[in-house]
Amino acid sequence: MTTATTKLKAARGHHAGWLVKLTVLLIVAVWTIPSLGLLTNSFRTSVDSSTTGWWTSLINPVSTEWTLANYNRVLTSGGLFDALINSLIVTIPSTIIPITLAAFAAFGFAWLKFRGRSLLFGLMVGLIVVPLQLALVPMLQIYQSAGLTGSFLGIWLAHTGFGLPLAVFLLYNFISQLPKDIFESAYIDGASPFTAFTRLVLPLSVPALASFAILQFLWVWNDFLVSLVFLGTSSNVAVLTIELASIVGSRGEAFHLLTAAAFVSMVIPLIVFLALQRYFVRGLLAGSVKG
Amino acid sequence: MATLWLGLGVLRDPNVFSGLGPTASKLGQALLALTLGVGGIWALFYAGNVIVESLPGRATAFLRPYLFVLPAVVVVGVYLVYPTVGTVVESFSDVPEGADPLTNYRAAFSNADVLQAIRNNLIWLLVAPAVSVGIGLAFAALVDRIRREAVAKAFVFLPLAVSFVGASVIWRFMYAWKPAGQPQIGVLNAIWVSAGGVLVDLGILAEVEPVAWLQVIPWNTLALIAIMVWLQVGLAMVILSAAIKGVPPELTEAARIDGASELQSFFRITVPSIRGSILTVYTTIAIAVLKIFDIIFVTTGGNFDTSVVAVRMYQEMFRFRNFGQATTMAVILLIAVLPIMLINIRNLRRQGIGA
Repeated sequence: MTTATTKLKAARGHHAGWLVKLTVLLIVAVWTIPSLGLLTNSFRTSVDSSTTGWWTSLINPVSTEWTLANYNRVLTSGGLFDALINSLIVTIPSTIIPITLAAFAAFGFAWLKFRGRSLLFGLMVGLIVVPLQLALVPMLQIYQSAGLTGSFLGIWLAHTGFGLPLAVFLLYNFISQLPKDIFESAYIDGASPFTAFTRLVLPLSVPALASFAILQFLWVWNDFLVSLVFLGTSSNVAVLTIELASIVGSRGEAFHLLTAAAFVSMVIPLIVFLALQRYFVRGLLAGSVKG
Repeated sequence: MATLWLGLGVLRDPNVFSGLGPTASKLGQALLALTLGVGGIWALFYAGNVIVESLPGRATAFLRPYLFVLPAVVVVGVYLVYPTVGTVVESFSDVPEGADPLTNYRAAFSNADVLQAIRNNLIWLLVAPAVSVGIGLAFAALVDRIRREAVAKAFVFLPLAVSFVGASVIWRFMYAWKPAGQPQIGVLNAIWVSAGGVLVDLGILAEVEPVAWLQVIPWNTLALIAIMVWLQVGLAMVILSAAIKGVPPELTEAARIDGASELQSFFRITVPSIRGSILTVYTTIAIAVLKIFDIIFVTTGGNFDTSVVAVRMYQEMFRFRNFGQATTMAVILLIAVLPIMLINIRNLRRQGIGA
């Protein structure tokens, strides 16, 4: 908070009374307590977690036996480390492939003339309204006969297909607004559209590419349903959300590891999220129509 | 392309790098996958360009635009157009020989579990978007007046990065239940039991029992909706906060000078000026709620009367292997989502966002 905005707030007559402060504090507390509980429990012994409330450890931090054992167990034994790598293998191409396809298509729709342009573009953007559940049964049938279930290629293409309409929509809105002159001078210099696209359009579109990248990255990383249907639960391909859900279902010895596992699954999206927050908000404002 | 396919075939066999030990093998596999996945797509476009540019002039000019748009069009055709048509067709055709094409729909609407799922979706639709928008709007308006606004917002904003599965795990510990007499480890029961204990001491309540929040009907559905609200308020807050800051201060000031109270100027001036944003947030959350799956699947598995249409669809697919019923569930979802989606798009257009 800068002094300028503070002064502005004072000038606008916005003096926060105690009731306002109390309400804000209450909402912040309610929104923080669930995560705080999980975080605290992840550093407690399994006996403590299952017999006393996590808040007792925060009240008596000195007499509590704090431990890293849960994180140690989770990352060294069991499938969680593999699941972390699998999530990276799934998420990075599932973000880059649709961005690439969408950027090419957005440029084509915005700046190249060809037959069927408005029809194809309308179809592409109209598909934003289709919930992905509509695709599950026929695609699963195709995947099963083509042997694509449980393969990384299969899940990349699935996420690409489901993410493309929104990606084309967002990137088209940006790329079609670029100034016309830059292409014309490039064409005069003998550049092909391909060169103009890779050398001029892509570098200029970084803000739009970043907005979509972060939306798609978080969406794929946090996805459960698409992975469950097309990738499955076997340990050599299972992603973090699947692994986490299977620990929830196990109820057995792994159950106390749930806290640490949940935090491991949240680390990377939180980093991406905090680092690229600016782009994320922009993407949210533009992309709140995702099907 | 053939090399790419071969390389990806290798990926299906996790033992390629097993000579390197488990961790190195996993990392080697990851590196190979990333190189093929990310490099592959660029290699395809590059090769396509070389081929198109080497053709005679007229063919190049004709094919060039399609090099740009066709890959995306084909992928969307395969992954969205074909299966959507296929799903609608299958919901009518996947019936016993000679049976009425509406068999699946008749079966769905006479099945008590399906009706329960639809009813639960309606409860979600009534409660989750309204509560999320209400809290988000209140928080956005209040936080606008305090110092350290950014810090306060960050706490409410962060759950947006958490997966539905992760949020379900977080809230399991909020809803944890222990038999009466034992110390409660879940926050909600700890508060309930100690607050109830005071009421018992005062003679207002006869006794207080800890509650298994995720099993007691109908509170369990509301407990699950709370998880969704916790996740979505951040979205509402961000969009509505940006909208509130866009309302010209002269407008609210003029109202104040005319003698309106702060609350009146908020409801008569601010809220109407941002109703486009409110509608966008509301419809966005409503669509997410209609398709809700993860939270219920992970916490209750649809038991204790908490199932919804998307969970039912998954069970038809994998538990009952009844693709006809599964596609029928998908079509019900589409019909529910479409009108809200159209409102959303019309609203976005009115605000000047969109094609």
